[in-house]
Amino acid sequence: MPLTVGLLLALSFAVSLLALAGLIWAINNRQLKIEQAHAYTIFAEGEAGEPDVDTPESPLEIDRNQYDVRRAGLDVVSRAPVLLLVGSGVFWLVLGSFFGLLASLKLHLPDLLTDQAFFTFGRARTVHLNLVAYGWLSMTGIAVAMWVTPRIFHTPLRFARLPVIGAVLWNIGVASGALAIANGWTDGEEWLEIPWQIDILLAVAGAFFVLPLLATAARREVDHIYVTGWYYLAALCWFPILFTIANIPYIHSGAQEATVNWWFAHNVLGLWLTPLGVGAAYYFIPKIIGKPIYSYSLSLLGFWGLALFYSQVGIHHLIGGPVPTWVVTLSIVHSVMMFIPVIAVAINQHVLVARNMWAVRESVPLRFVATGALMYTLASFQGSIEALRSVNSVTHFTHYTVGHAHLGAYGFVSLVMFGAIYYMLPRTTGRAWPWPRAIAWHFWLVIGGFAIYFVSLTIGGLLQGFAMLDATRPFADSVRVTIAYLEWRSIGGALMTAGHLLLGAHVVALLARGPAWTPDTGYNPEPAVSE
Amino acid sequence: MNRIVPLATLALGILAFATLLLVIAPAAQIRQLKATPGLQPYTAQEQRGRDIYVAQGCLYCHSQQPRAPEQAPDAQRGWGRAAVASDYVHDRPHQLGTMRTGPDLKNVGARLPSRDWHLTHLYQPRAIFDWSIMPAYRYLFEVKARAEPGDIVVALPDEFRPDTGVVVASEDALDLVAYLLALDRTMPAPDGAVRDHGYESREPSE
Repeated sequence: MPLTVGLLLALSFAVSLLALAGLIWAINNRQLKIEQAHAYTIFAEGEAGEPDVDTPESPLEIDRNQYDVRRAGLDVVSRAPVLLLVGSGVFWLVLGSFFGLLASLKLHLPDLLTDQAFFTFGRARTVHLNLVAYGWLSMTGIAVAMWVTPRIFHTPLRFARLPVIGAVLWNIGVASGALAIANGWTDGEEWLEIPWQIDILLAVAGAFFVLPLLATAARREVDHIYVTGWYYLAALCWFPILFTIANIPYIHSGAQEATVNWWFAHNVLGLWLTPLGVGAAYYFIPKIIGKPIYSYSLSLLGFWGLALFYSQVGIHHLIGGPVPTWVVTLSIVHSVMMFIPVIAVAINQHVLVARNMWAVRESVPLRFVATGALMYTLASFQGSIEALRSVNSVTHFTHYTVGHAHLGAYGFVSLVMFGAIYYMLPRTTGRAWPWPRAIAWHFWLVIGGFAIYFVSLTIGGLLQGFAMLDATRPFADSVRVTIAYLEWRSIGGALMTAGHLLLGAHVVALLARGPAWTPDTGYNPEPAVSE
Repeated sequence: MNRIVPLATLALGILAFATLLLVIAPAAQIRQLKATPGLQPYTAQEQRGRDIYVAQGCLYCHSQQPRAPEQAPDAQRGWGRAAVASDYVHDRPHQLGTMRTGPDLKNVGARLPSRDWHLTHLYQPRAIFDWSIMPAYRYLFEVKARAEPGDIVVALPDEFRPDTGVVVASEDALDLVAYLLALDRTMPAPDGAVRDHGYESREPSE
């Protein structure tokens, strides 16, 4: 294809020129001057050096370590959207877990619930994915962004009523999307199943989340945008565009549509869920430990590396498939390049955690977030290796990939969100968790359950892949070897679901308990609310 | 990193660049392809069956993209030659798939051409393969006291038969089978076909 090669060459030349111009501008304007001092943006005067590892057991204790955030009433302004989004997210998590568990059981009990189309594997599995991706992870991720953004920008959330409307609309969208899929109305592509008519509602709801956050960023009362803010701002620009473009109906078909499909689907992880998770980890880890991240300038490499490389990895889902060689190779190269930003983030976060292991022992929220951050590193390394052609021939089309997807979306993003919820909710409501020991129970249930889940799918998937590559073995072998591992996966999934039920009950108990504090405030947050 | 507009601009620029490379450039290359010679558009019934296939989520266990012999023994399993982009011009939405809990189906109509086999298999896969973990699609069938004229009765071994009456295929089941039987893309690939040639030791000359 001389046209394409010529086009690409001309293009990369133009892009290089643009990048060079941008670099000159950035150096001229000191945009690249990043100082370790900026890493202290998350702390108020006198706060750095004070760890915040306690899970408060009474409203009085919540006052500790709140500094100006408490006085300024920042958490009060964001309270309604945060609580509504977290509550909705946890609800979708619990419901989505049951659909996931049902789908898992059906893989070794294929005659379970086969009389209704509603519960067939292909639908239950898809309802699970959409509930946890667009219900649980997205809503909770946005809730954390609503809570953290005002804190890193030292200013109250603007237009704080819009996200409440957005959450209501988004919930309607997720619920009707799941119902549509369960009833056989689907757009029929992975990660894009929700019918486009319902996607319009989700896109509108999304705007109600994006506008307040951008407005808050625009009126920040600190000069520097803390690293969490980079991830949030970029994700808020990326995802609405990705979601809108990928869901426009009637323009794509066939093999070409598959490239659009995977450009979108991997970017949901790379440019949406990952920035939400990494951004949150960049806030909570140093905040709870009370010390800044290891190297603030390294975080720049981590962020731009993610943007550049992650955005182009999607076609590694079509290795060996009916799409041009060059686009497959491009995605493989970028998948391997992901080592760079991942190592940058890993150094920043894990070194801080490793030097403060006492904090991990004392703070269960930090234990969740730090474990999640570690899973990000592992999932990314695994993903880079999985994209290599030789490895992909074994693992593609097998349960191994399902294990990998859960290492990213669950081991990483979900664990970070669990930690964030346990840290945020007492501080935003002024109420202590009613059963502090249940938090540790939740941790060990999901860690144990997920370890079983991941190990069994990884081994089962590899055996399946090797059986499928061996021409002397019948296809049936590639099914038979997986059954025992699929059963173990259901056991792991059941433990995870039990942990989620505990979380759900705990959130309900917290919200049902006693009066919330009213801010004892020297700063009047009213103008921010009425804006 | 103290300004929002440059940050957002660059972030969006990078996304635009990725879109150009992963969406627009492959589209420019693939969209000009004509259908593989011999590939027929779906009939109305086959397309209805395809919609049933999509709605049940068959995609989540069955791929429709055999790999090349250099990469995997897909052809030896009877799944057909390596898939090329022009095999899919009639497919909306695409159903290439990323999972093989069950076998690849791109040429299932050529490999298993019997309507009655598919009806039995859809009603109860374990009536044919004791190792199968495919869902039984009983909701695509009706149990009637006796068959009426025009009814297609599903042949079943004794142990899978209902206690009374006969199992009759619904319209949806017949449409779905019509689609499965239409999945026959065994015609040779055209010269210069577009696919991932990355497993060949050398790129084919163009």
